[in-house]
Amino acid sequence: MMKRTPNRRREPLTDTMLLVTITIGIFFAMYFSAMAIWGGGFLRWQRVFDMLNDNAALIIVACGLTIVMIGGGIDISVGGVIALVVMSCVVHLNSGGSILTAALLALGIGLAFGLTQGFLISYLEIQPFIITLAGMFFARGMTTIVSVQPQKVAHEGFKALMKTKIEIPWLGYIAKKGNLIPARAEIGVVVALVIVLIVFVMLRKTKLGRGFYAIGGNANSALMLGVNVKRTRFISYVISGLLSGIAGFVFMMHTGAGNATNAAGAEMNAIASAIIGGTLLSGGVGNVIGTLFGVLTLSTINAIVTSSGLRDPWWQEITVGAMLCFFILLQSVVLSLRGKGGLKQMLPKWLTVRSKE
Amino acid sequence: MKASASGFRWGKHAQLLVPLLSILLIMVFNLFRDPSFFSVYMSTNNLGNPVLAGNLISILNGASELAIIAMGMTLVTAACGGQDISVGALATIAGSVFVKILRAGEITMGAIAVAFLCCCVVAMLFGAFNGTLVSVFKIQPMIATLVLFTCGRSIAYWINGGATPTISSPLITAIGSFIPGCPIPTPILIVAAVALILSLIFRFTTLGLYTQTVGINQRAARLNGINPTLIKLASFLVLGVCCAAAGCISVSRLSLINHETMLLEIEMDAILAVAIGGNALGGGKFKITGSVLGAYAIQALTTTLYAMKVPSTDVKAYKAIVIILIVVASSPVVKQAAARLWTKIKARVPAKKEAAA
Repeated sequence: MMKRTPNRRREPLTDTMLLVTITIGIFFAMYFSAMAIWGGGFLRWQRVFDMLNDNAALIIVACGLTIVMIGGGIDISVGGVIALVVMSCVVHLNSGGSILTAALLALGIGLAFGLTQGFLISYLEIQPFIITLAGMFFARGMTTIVSVQPQKVAHEGFKALMKTKIEIPWLGYIAKKGNLIPARAEIGVVVALVIVLIVFVMLRKTKLGRGFYAIGGNANSALMLGVNVKRTRFISYVISGLLSGIAGFVFMMHTGAGNATNAAGAEMNAIASAIIGGTLLSGGVGNVIGTLFGVLTLSTINAIVTSSGLRDPWWQEITVGAMLCFFILLQSVVLSLRGKGGLKQMLPKWLTVRSKE
Repeated sequence: MKASASGFRWGKHAQLLVPLLSILLIMVFNLFRDPSFFSVYMSTNNLGNPVLAGNLISILNGASELAIIAMGMTLVTAACGGQDISVGALATIAGSVFVKILRAGEITMGAIAVAFLCCCVVAMLFGAFNGTLVSVFKIQPMIATLVLFTCGRSIAYWINGGATPTISSPLITAIGSFIPGCPIPTPILIVAAVALILSLIFRFTTLGLYTQTVGINQRAARLNGINPTLIKLASFLVLGVCCAAAGCISVSRLSLINHETMLLEIEMDAILAVAIGGNALGGGKFKITGSVLGAYAIQALTTTLYAMKVPSTDVKAYKAIVIILIVVASSPVVKQAAARLWTKIKARVPAKKEAAA
């Protein structure tokens, strides 16, 4: 596979990059074939921006989940935290709060969840699934305690913020009347993309970022190499919590209403996106760029199902399920072909709390 | 753990301590809150039959589906070291097959038996799908079952052509609530029957031992002539049958199927039941009794909260707090700290006695 000449030796593709490349390739293949078959909306840049607009919050939480999953854990409280943040902020704004305090409230709630869950998981060594499941229950329950009735934002300043859109003329299209309609992106999209970039650089270039890969790959080796495993794990949950708080605020900027069922199933969508993007639940492998494309792939699948005329409500989920199955199988086959049984010992680290001697 | 002198070895049953203590704690709390919580009385239902009623009965009755699914989930957890998150969707599919077949003709005992067998077969097929992904393709259970989790409810919807059909027959009511002449709710009897069948299987076959072996060390199991693939697949098939039984009970209770709300989030409760039952989520040794007790503990908590007039939407938040308390109390770090404290106290008490003497 590799050339043996010492000076022209190429680094082999890591598992992370291989899976990311596959995902990006499949996304473009899907999108271009959709362009070729259905044309219309798919030919416009606005379609891409619509996907980003609708999924900005999902991208942000998926970034947090990617970090946690790289570290070998899982966080399923994110959907609940989004709902709680949205509901609290809407109630806060409607009772005379300002946008700044609402944003601080969002960050505070996210941080509180991250700190508590991170502490319980890393320092008390409790299984992350159970803790974050309890976190999800707590967040969902608190959402209805804050308000059972759906609430709409009435704050004028915030409404203006919601309507603020960034126009990108050179990616627009000429409408039938001959006037140019620029592509529009919401503020949330900018936030999401900036976060993807920050997380990407952090995972790549910082000591902390490499630490996540180290503890996810093999916590014992990481410990022996001098990584503070507990603190690194703790930080991964704090980041995830903080990002869920930000995602909640972005979600509110998109919908402008608090509802107890907001972001229902967001945790599973985020996990699915991360998996499609090549992050392994077992830890140690993953990349946020892949996650970004995972979110886009999921929403392209939905768009394709809608355009192809399968209008019955069940087709959407069945297709997403089938595609998920396809991606999972593909990754399994690719990785096992590559490492010859590289998938055999793929128990997530957080599940092997009991020593197996 | 020195009770062995009395002939009862705690070491073997130490695992059951956590769920039993949780139930005890909830019961003691109720004793102080309102002793009438425990009253069990005879009343007559709509059909004029004398039946048992009261909070204790409703705990036993309400936890039926959860208890049955928790039994299967324990096996999957033990064998695969991961959890099946598609059980709710799977039970809904099974329930929808049950309804579909019963609506095709007249509802008789024979028809119900046939419908139940058919939905068992369908559930086992889906279980086999999950099991194949896990055992043959070596994908972590949570990700493999994410596929069915995503699209299962849509498949159930699709089976019944997008409607929420009802089935009304005294026979179905008998399964869902009471058999005329028998004061005990039928679901409790069904749980007892399933538990009996499972315990007979474990008593007379090696399934339990093999499952444990595969969970503890797959490679060692293989070297000892056990086929891990087959054992994992078998655990998913058993879980499939459990889901079918739970689905049929749930459908019979309401005499209708609502694919969106039926057994919602039961996968989370089932995993929780397994964890509270003292089973390692990383696989290996297991005790089904523990999971069943865990299921009743969860239901007891829910019923208590309802009895305290907590709104049904807020229950989750309080449930989360109690769950966190339970898992924190049973976490390894806290246990060690408690043990250390205990030895310190022990060391100090005799010293004081000596000083006093």
